[in-house]
Amino acid sequence: MLSYIVRRLVASLFILLGASFIVYLLIAYSGDPLASIRSSNSPSKDAQIANRTEMLNLNVPPVLRYFVWLGGAVKCVVPFAGQCDLGVTLQNQPVTEALGQAIPATLQLLTAATLLAIVFGVAIGVVTALRQYSTLDYSVTFISFLFFSLPVFWVAVLLKEFGAIKFNNFLATATIAPGVIVTIALISGLVWAVIVAGTWRRRAITFGVAAAVTALVLVFLSATKWFQTPSLGPVVIAVTGVAIAYGATILFAGLRNRRALYSALICVGVGVIAYFALQPLLENIGLWGLVGLFVLSIAIAWAIGHFMGGYDRTQSIRAAVLTTFGMGLLIVIDQFMQNWQAYSENPLVRGRPIPTIGSKIPGLNGDFWITGLDTMTHLILPTISIILISLASYTRYSRASMLEVMGQDYVRTARAKGLSERVVVTRHAFRNALIPLATIVAFDIGGLIGGAVITENVFSFQGMGQLFLTGIKNIDPNPVMGVAIVTGITAVVFNLLADLAYSALDPRVRVKA
Amino acid sequence: MTSPLSNMDEVSPSPATPEPEEQVRGLSQGRIVFKRFMDHRGAVIGIIVFVLVLILAVSSIGLGPIPGWWKYSYKDTPDIVNGGHPTLQWFPFHLGEHPFGQDRVGRDMFAMTMRGAQISISIMLIVGIVAAAVGILIGASAGFFRGKTEAILMRFTDMIIIIPSLIAAAVIATTSRQLGGVWFLAAFLGLVSWTGMARLVRGDFLTLREREFVDAARLAGASNRRIIFKHILPNAIGVITVNTTLLMSSAILTETALSYVGLGVQPPDISLGLLISQNQAAFSTRPWLFWWPGLFIVIICLCVNFVGDGLRDAFDPRQKKFRLKKDKGEQRLAPAALESPIDDALHGSSGATEPGRP
Repeated sequence: MLSYIVRRLVASLFILLGASFIVYLLIAYSGDPLASIRSSNSPSKDAQIANRTEMLNLNVPPVLRYFVWLGGAVKCVVPFAGQCDLGVTLQNQPVTEALGQAIPATLQLLTAATLLAIVFGVAIGVVTALRQYSTLDYSVTFISFLFFSLPVFWVAVLLKEFGAIKFNNFLATATIAPGVIVTIALISGLVWAVIVAGTWRRRAITFGVAAAVTALVLVFLSATKWFQTPSLGPVVIAVTGVAIAYGATILFAGLRNRRALYSALICVGVGVIAYFALQPLLENIGLWGLVGLFVLSIAIAWAIGHFMGGYDRTQSIRAAVLTTFGMGLLIVIDQFMQNWQAYSENPLVRGRPIPTIGSKIPGLNGDFWITGLDTMTHLILPTISIILISLASYTRYSRASMLEVMGQDYVRTARAKGLSERVVVTRHAFRNALIPLATIVAFDIGGLIGGAVITENVFSFQGMGQLFLTGIKNIDPNPVMGVAIVTGITAVVFNLLADLAYSALDPRVRVKA
Repeated sequence: MTSPLSNMDEVSPSPATPEPEEQVRGLSQGRIVFKRFMDHRGAVIGIIVFVLVLILAVSSIGLGPIPGWWKYSYKDTPDIVNGGHPTLQWFPFHLGEHPFGQDRVGRDMFAMTMRGAQISISIMLIVGIVAAAVGILIGASAGFFRGKTEAILMRFTDMIIIIPSLIAAAVIATTSRQLGGVWFLAAFLGLVSWTGMARLVRGDFLTLREREFVDAARLAGASNRRIIFKHILPNAIGVITVNTTLLMSSAILTETALSYVGLGVQPPDISLGLLISQNQAAFSTRPWLFWWPGLFIVIICLCVNFVGDGLRDAFDPRQKKFRLKKDKGEQRLAPAALESPIDDALHGSSGATEPGRP
């Protein structure tokens, strides 16, 4: 095993060297880095040219210049070799510093998007696989193909227009037109009818109920101008919490396991009490305080599940923890909503809370909730556009993988033993279906750090992709190399991790030692 | 003279059950694949729509020196009619003067979109062909010869994977104008996107080369080249076709994305991505400039994806097994339908069933 890893790493080193050499030559020959100075009429033109030539070592031919660059770059990985040096950008900023700013921004943008895309994609894929050839399956297949075919910049521009500009206009009045209410209600009815399926009568009833409920909710939201002063309130939190508790119990333990159900419901009760008790504390909390509270609540949930016990403790614990997680999320969302009005009436926001570009409003001061809202409103549109695009492939992969597993003999064996369908799906099929997905996910996470070049560009998000793109446009080799090398290393490492994870998860696969 | 086999076919017809007879009669691989492909509704619709788009794009503004039936060229700048608004009417259908509207200087958006579609489709095809050719060559050599050749070729593939295609595109963007513009861009894009194909073909070759028919061919004195191209490659055609379509659908998105950030097709050439890029600032004043090119990208890409999906199903040898299982599942489920309302609906509606459910 160890020799396999070492061999892979050595091979990767040579691959990285080769790739970086090619990239360096490509960027060096892609144009004239002095062009912008040459075309200017500045009196100090010659001095500027000399200055930049000196700065970028332009007198050295590109092939040799690569080795100069490599000499500095090697210091980043070899210990005790001296200061890490990836060169400077055209603006005379060290590339290491630029990378240090760009990497966190990119991770901030992409982590949430990727996690959500994976969770939703896998969930949708599994559900469609369980209901193969149903209307739901066909609709989801078509929609995922559609998302797969959308150019990301097109979606991004549309989102900017409808998700930001039009939505901000809507927020000024926050009343929904009757036509819009009817349309949304009909769509929601249709979606629910497709999801619930069953006889035509059942579908029709579902359609009617869902459409009516949606319409009523929308009328209520419109009449109370909910979108200007949104909040969930204890009632909605409690009702949603009970729904989550039932869902978590069905998923992990089945409703027959009353102990698990009761521990989940107790968590909902505790959560509602905590909602009232914590209000004053939450007002002035920071990020770490919130994280601490979250850990504490999960620990309490674990204890509740543990002491409720039942014939299988882990089931109660799982149901309790998932329910508490949901409750915590609801309470935090509610808190953000309570601060929404203050944020949107801030003089810097001027009642247009959803921005189209950037990652934060410069000069905005506020407590944790206000700055948090600021970050979230900036992230929401890029996140949606990334999710839409990558959701499709996860759905397809997990559907195919789940279908494959559901046809296996051990699934039939599990059924023959008399296990309930829930146990067969969650315990036998789903876990095995995740194995091939682990490889894909590891690979995707490896590619994360390279940034979503196009998305960052449309939303003017100063991350890795933007650094890379401006570098290419200005024929500025050092930042491009910096980004390429960081991406290359993460790609190589996560590729290796994917292979190792695969052999760890699936005992039939062994790496060649 | 009829051979005994075909004779037997003729004398033993089974009119009561026509399907088994169909299965008994040998169908060629191509015939089976074609049949299965035609069963895939999405794929058939996809290919029809794609051909229609292609015909529309080529016939309307013509190709090269051949003129089309549309009155404007994508270069003309006629006077602005109706404020540049689109004149297309669906009921009654009426194209009008400028069906997709006009841009700021009066160029006809319909002609420009058609030109963009032509360019984007040709880039897609060239990328597909170049990438498939290179990928097959490298993957086949690596999988067939193994040993050192394989090690070198696959490490080379790993290296190309790491190089971001944006860099390659940046180099081309600056040099392409002297070297034949979009064709050069397309060929170069093909040269950096063959890696997935090479890996898949290699995997297929690794298993196929161990099969008996390869030994038989070698015993018969066939050369390596003959074995690769005549014996193994036809057996790997499924993987290759499916992957080529996927390559093409991603190529069209890559091209539009590159053009969007200014590293792809350069003006005065037109591509769909470039049209969107040029017109996005005018979204609030002239939204039609933005809608039509985007719509065409989505349609083309969607069609190619559906065709790829249909091909994958058609080439998948397990597809038949799934179908059989589905039929069996329906029969098995039928009695239960009396008790379960879910099955009722499934039989009534889309003929769908859940083979996974007992």
